[in-house]
Amino acid sequence: MARMKFLVDAERCIECNGCVTACKQENEVPWGVNRRRVVTINDGVVGAEKSISVACMHCSDAPCMAVCPVDCFYRTDDGVVLHDKDLCIGCGYCFYACPFGAPQFPQAGAFGLRGKMDKCTFCAGGPEADKSDTEFKKYGRNRLAEGKLPACAEMCSTKALLGGDGDVIADIYRERVLRRGKGSEVWGWGTAYGPGKPGAQPPAQQPQPAGGRS
Amino acid sequence: MKKLLMLIAVFGLAGCGEPDQVVVYKQGKYQGKPDTRPWDNEPLALTGSGKWTKGDRASWETQIKARQLTQHEDKRIYQ
Repeated sequence: MARMKFLVDAERCIECNGCVTACKQENEVPWGVNRRRVVTINDGVVGAEKSISVACMHCSDAPCMAVCPVDCFYRTDDGVVLHDKDLCIGCGYCFYACPFGAPQFPQAGAFGLRGKMDKCTFCAGGPEADKSDTEFKKYGRNRLAEGKLPACAEMCSTKALLGGDGDVIADIYRERVLRRGKGSEVWGWGTAYGPGKPGAQPPAQQPQPAGGRS
Repeated sequence: MKKLLMLIAVFGLAGCGEPDQVVVYKQGKYQGKPDTRPWDNEPLALTGSGKWTKGDRASWETQIKARQLTQHEDKRIYQ
């Protein structure tokens, strides 16, 4: 049984915001709402800067579901946490409960009234007829129903953001880490050209001719 | 006077009661509309999209797993 998850590789994320753009474009997310965003720590510190892409993590024991006073959340058979916007009252409890700040609230009206909650759907739409206009307008594109994965993960240029069944993407990540090593091993020639292949080692230094430079 | 004493007694004794004041949390149950499942759709006719049998969860999962593995660029590069 698939249990859909996102996994972000902080060693690979280059803060290009391609995932954010892909999400906004694919789901036509309204102005002011970011279902996904890139968070950077140690910004500008050489070697210590790390970025990760954050959205709804589709928790197995989701706090948003626990605190919702109108019980508008549900979990699909694939482990995707979704909600019914017809039932949502926009109270914002889910925003306070979520450790990732995933729930977003569009500004509705002139006085900054909160609209109904909007969040990442793992590109799985919502409780409307699949691939219908109503579903698209309320929840965005239903790519899972088209046999595809979320646009953000599929568009990630460095494959820092992986999306899919937790077991499968964890295997991909594990193999990747075993191959590249850790710490200082992830940088340098081997990372660029691969281990155990021609050119895996930097070319031997040519001896400098004595007194060649004036 | 007698009535007043009785009234005081009633209110005074009311303070001796021990009603349960612990909040009881109950598990919420989804109250919204039912949703359809991804494998209950026809696959797209376009090339590049996966193929599965409508209503067959196993075939949908097989093709979505194949799609997930395309994210594994190490396998593509180091053949």
